[in-house]
Amino acid sequence: MWIRLGSFAAAAWFVAGQAAAGQSPPKPPANEDCLACHGEHVDAKQFEASTHGPMACVDCHADLAAIAEFPHADKLAKVKCASCHHDIGSKYHDSIHAFAKEKAGLVVAPACADCHGKHDVRPHADPESRVFRAKIPGTCGRCHAGIKEQYDRGVHAARLKIGEAPAPSCADCHTAHTIQRADTEKWRLAATAECGSCHAQVVESFRRTFHGKVTEIGFSAVATCAYCHGAHDILSAANSGSRVSKAQLVETCGRCHAGANERFVEYDPHPNPSDYTRSAVLWWANRFYWVLIPGCFGFFALHGALWFWRGRKGL
Amino acid sequence: MNYVRFDRKTRLLHGVVMITFLGLSATGMPLLFSDAPWARALAGLFLGFKGAGLVHRFMGASLLLAVACHIADVSWRAFVRGERGLFWGPTSMVPQPKDVRDFVAMTKWFAGRGSQPALEHFAYWEKFDYWAVLWGTAIMGAAGLILWFPVFASRMLPGWMFNVALFVHGAEASLAIGFIFAVHFFNGHLRPGKFPMDLVIFTGTVSATELQRERRAEFDRLRAARALEQIAAPSPALVRRGYIVGTIGVSLGLALIALIVYAMIR
Repeated sequence: MWIRLGSFAAAAWFVAGQAAAGQSPPKPPANEDCLACHGEHVDAKQFEASTHGPMACVDCHADLAAIAEFPHADKLAKVKCASCHHDIGSKYHDSIHAFAKEKAGLVVAPACADCHGKHDVRPHADPESRVFRAKIPGTCGRCHAGIKEQYDRGVHAARLKIGEAPAPSCADCHTAHTIQRADTEKWRLAATAECGSCHAQVVESFRRTFHGKVTEIGFSAVATCAYCHGAHDILSAANSGSRVSKAQLVETCGRCHAGANERFVEYDPHPNPSDYTRSAVLWWANRFYWVLIPGCFGFFALHGALWFWRGRKGL
Repeated sequence: MNYVRFDRKTRLLHGVVMITFLGLSATGMPLLFSDAPWARALAGLFLGFKGAGLVHRFMGASLLLAVACHIADVSWRAFVRGERGLFWGPTSMVPQPKDVRDFVAMTKWFAGRGSQPALEHFAYWEKFDYWAVLWGTAIMGAAGLILWFPVFASRMLPGWMFNVALFVHGAEASLAIGFIFAVHFFNGHLRPGKFPMDLVIFTGTVSATELQRERRAEFDRLRAARALEQIAAPSPALVRRGYIVGTIGVSLGLALIALIVYAMIR
């Protein structure tokens, strides 16, 4: 009894001393304390199952950690995800979404929670996550509904739905956090490499063309992938709804080449001189120069070298 | 004593070919070597791809025009004025049996047997240069025009000809650039006996000693026919300008070759 009283007195003296010195942090509220009031708003089970489940409420709602009096004020500081996720925070900060929200004052522009959720954040590998590969179009489509509608018509969405891993969803081309305006020259040129990360041979053959070469050195006056294939609603050329189907090709080429006709569109935008079945004439032209160029250079290199060697020795 | 080798028209034609060829090479190489690190910067010298394209088309059209004028001139001389020896004979650009004999003699000389052949007005490697430019201009001009006016071309040609045209334009360009800036420069200017530069294409004249040493067959033929006096020329003009223009031309060409070599070994 005396011991308990004594330890209580010692503790009281200690706390009082700390308080007098102004250094005492009040004990932060435990998660149960918060849920006592917010239980209706926050699903405790959902939170515990989330990737942040083991964390305390005040780890994110950090201003509450220092508050002693409850109920707390109505207005709390915004949760700062970047205080842990530094890199992603700075990436987001450079994105068009952050620009819209922070600089242009567009209140509907998304911050972290709009895509990742609040108390139910799950890692992107979790099929329940809002940013799980197959769910990304739905998440982005909550704002970009028109684009989602286009995307859903395309071949990429169909592949994504049947769970084909490499089929691209929004973030594969637009990135997750460094999203930029897609109508800039820089973005359009970089997008070709994105298509090439899966369609490597197609982009390689494109680089053999005038379109491919001009865009390779950084000028966007001519066609890149999306000009002909579309961006979100890409379809197989065999599908008559595709811009590159036989039915639409004259119109598609004609958008830049006014007056394009049926013969014009016999052009191969993805040529391969080593493929005889694709174009026999191109294959023969390749063979011809493969002989002519080394032949000419070889002959005159030898001729010149002998002449030089003999000439130096004197006539 | 000096003698006329190239008349004013020929020198002017060479001047146009020289300038347009350098311009076409510099403006075409950014696309031909689009994966080279210097490609964008080289196009930037012409204010980007549009500027380079504009210069390329202007230079190409000028070269085609110059070659057309040359063909018209040769035809006029041959068929209207009835000039002889243009298509056959010692001064003709058409390969002659003597060219084969000269080549064999030259090869023997390389091997240390016999002496250099007594050459005529045009040596076999000079004829090769001439026909290479004519062939190249025809092929690249045709391909270039197809690519310049694809919609118009598609009225006569199937679209896959654009693929062939672009490929041939590029392959022929590689051949032409390499040939002119390496082989022609060596044969014309940098080889033993000519280094550092042969000014004849600028001045149009050669000295008597040079004509006698370099083209003994021509010299002997003219002397026997007592025709040397007819081509007598005053001492060469334009020497200084010839050196300046020639040095700039050769330097630019070698710089472009250096860029290609860099792109290839990188």
